[in-house]
Amino acid sequence: MQDAFFCRGSNETVLFVQDKEDGMEHGDEWDEWSHGKTLTKPPDQLELTEAELNETFTRILTATNPHAPQNIVRYSFKKRSYKPISAVDQMAVHFVLEGNLLYKDSDEARRQMAKQGLPAGMYHIMLSTFPEKDAAEMEEVEEEDRPDSAASKTGKKEQKLTNQINFCERASQTLNNPPRERNCQTEPPPRCNFSAIANQWEIYDAYVEELQKQEKNKEKQKAIPSKKDDEDDDRGKKKMILMETQTQSDDLCKMAKATKILERMVNQNIYGDLAIDFKYYEDCSDEFREQEGTLLPLWKFQCDKAKKLTVTALCWNKKYQDLFAAGMGSYDFSKQGRGVLVFYTLKNSSFPEYIYPTNCGIMCLDIHEQVSYLVAVGFYDGCVAVYNLKEDGQQPVYQSTAKTGKHTDPVWQVRWQNDDMDGNHNFYSVSSDGRVVSWTLVKNELVSTDIIKLTMEGVPHLSTASFDFHKQINHLFLVGTQEGKIHKCFKTYSSQYLETYDAHTLAVDAVKWNHFHPKVFISCSSDWTVKIWDHTINTPMFTFELYAAVGDVAWAPYSSTVFAAVTVNGKVHIFDLNVNKYEAICQQQVVAKKTKLTHIEFNLVHPLIIVGDDQGYITSFKLSPNLRKQPKVRQSSLSRLTDVMPMQI
Amino acid sequence: MASEVEETLKRIEGQRGVVGTVVCNADGIPIRSSLDGVATAQYARLLRKLTVMAKSAVRDIDPQNDLTFLRLRSQKCEIMVGLENEFLVIVIQNLHQ
Repeated sequence: MQDAFFCRGSNETVLFVQDKEDGMEHGDEWDEWSHGKTLTKPPDQLELTEAELNETFTRILTATNPHAPQNIVRYSFKKRSYKPISAVDQMAVHFVLEGNLLYKDSDEARRQMAKQGLPAGMYHIMLSTFPEKDAAEMEEVEEEDRPDSAASKTGKKEQKLTNQINFCERASQTLNNPPRERNCQTEPPPRCNFSAIANQWEIYDAYVEELQKQEKNKEKQKAIPSKKDDEDDDRGKKKMILMETQTQSDDLCKMAKATKILERMVNQNIYGDLAIDFKYYEDCSDEFREQEGTLLPLWKFQCDKAKKLTVTALCWNKKYQDLFAAGMGSYDFSKQGRGVLVFYTLKNSSFPEYIYPTNCGIMCLDIHEQVSYLVAVGFYDGCVAVYNLKEDGQQPVYQSTAKTGKHTDPVWQVRWQNDDMDGNHNFYSVSSDGRVVSWTLVKNELVSTDIIKLTMEGVPHLSTASFDFHKQINHLFLVGTQEGKIHKCFKTYSSQYLETYDAHTLAVDAVKWNHFHPKVFISCSSDWTVKIWDHTINTPMFTFELYAAVGDVAWAPYSSTVFAAVTVNGKVHIFDLNVNKYEAICQQQVVAKKTKLTHIEFNLVHPLIIVGDDQGYITSFKLSPNLRKQPKVRQSSLSRLTDVMPMQI
Repeated sequence: MASEVEETLKRIEGQRGVVGTVVCNADGIPIRSSLDGVATAQYARLLRKLTVMAKSAVRDIDPQNDLTFLRLRSQKCEIMVGLENEFLVIVIQNLHQ
């Protein structure tokens, strides 16, 4: 069958018309077509006869481009005219697609491969769809070329191949989001400035605290195994709470000590001159006066509670040499009232250290030598009492009553003795009822023992006014009576006197053993005399007339030959037998004439004497150098007095 | 006990030349004073500083030691400070009667 491409003029629509014959020869394929195919004629089909239809026309196919122009004319400069071109380009380009495939051996391809760093053969690897034959070749090629490729790679730097015509760098910027600052502020933590200095003591304190913590931990660990843990803790906590409340409330109590010392400081400022005088002033005029000395008045002690009372007893404290006790009462039989026991210190002259008011007038007192806080006191009503300075409270710790054997008359003297064999403290008291009683402090009681009942020629009661125990011989003591006699007695012999001295015509006010000489004692009396005795001799060695009733006499603790006496006319007389055997080396009016001086005491270490009067004042005086001449080392006090004593017949 | 201390302070105040007393607690706050408020506050504040420094000096030399009293004597008066249990007792006294 000829496949002819029939074409009938461009204006005519060509139909693909199949003859029936053709259709049947083609077989099945065409059957479908023929079924559906009926001859349809367009309305403007040219009507032709059959002869015209069967006319054959011949067409010739040529390769010429129908659209190509057939008569192109070009201007020829040679001939200066247009000349038709014979050959017209007949190529009709139907489709152009620019691709990017290069022939491998072309220059451009070679250049590209060189750029990529691959030798000519390597491009095989790049292609993925290759038959296996070539794959094997590829592998071989790969192995050979790999080292080369590596070398070539490292050797050359690649230059970016750019298309020299069309290439252009183009960058694009993405949209930058506008930045936003976002912050939030918190509340600043509270600040405080801290500064500290690490001193030596800060470090020390820290260590001490640490140590205490450790100790507490140790104690806690020890306490843990015990069963009563909880109870203890509760009790401990309660105690702690109590303690705390106490400490909070007692604000002022904590400063007791400080305020006390501040008071003394204030006094020191006020009486500063006196303190300096006491310490340093020495009367220079003594150098010019041969024998005489003077008394420099220093502090004056007075107390409101003691106004109008008489100083009835004075005693220095052995342990604290600036502390002394004064007992106040009254010697007047008709004016008996209250009394007061006061303790003063030289450091504070404006107010006593201790005050113990009493119902009854105090007549005598004594401070224990060793246990210096125990004070024995004898009252006008015959009672004795013992005060303990360490205890709070104004009551005595011991007091005698009628049951326990108190005196029936005023107690004129009390004296502490050495502790007895059981170790109990004991003291003696002497009263005008004639009894010398020993009182022992047994636990909480005061046990009395009558030592002696003083009688004279059968008369049971003898009024005793004073007594003194021998310094060395403990059981020997002297008793002075209201009648003027002095009795020498032993503690152990309760019924008999060893000896009696007819000492004075009036009452013996004081009897004192010498501190140094074991045989000598002194006595004074209202008969205006002071007498010095040797107890082995019945008559006095020295007698001094003082022209006024002598209230008290005292030996000096620093010299065996010095003693002082006070009289009711307000004078103090000081004698030094070593200097002048007949006269006083100092006679000084220390108080107003009307004031009676009642007692005098020497301080044990300082050159000071205190004098009590009947107005309730106690005045202190410093002894000038002439009055305190002490024996030189070679010469003992004892021998001084012995030298002075008159020869015995 | 507190009454005794109170009495002592009253006696001190009654002594010749004493201007007044001030008692401060551990925080430096005056708890008892015989002076007026301004003077009290002044004395308490200034002397507290001074005692702290003095105490520091004493303890720096020997940490086991401690300050007990401070006496400040000037031309016109003397200020005495007693330290106990972290309390301060201040007494001001005029000299030269």
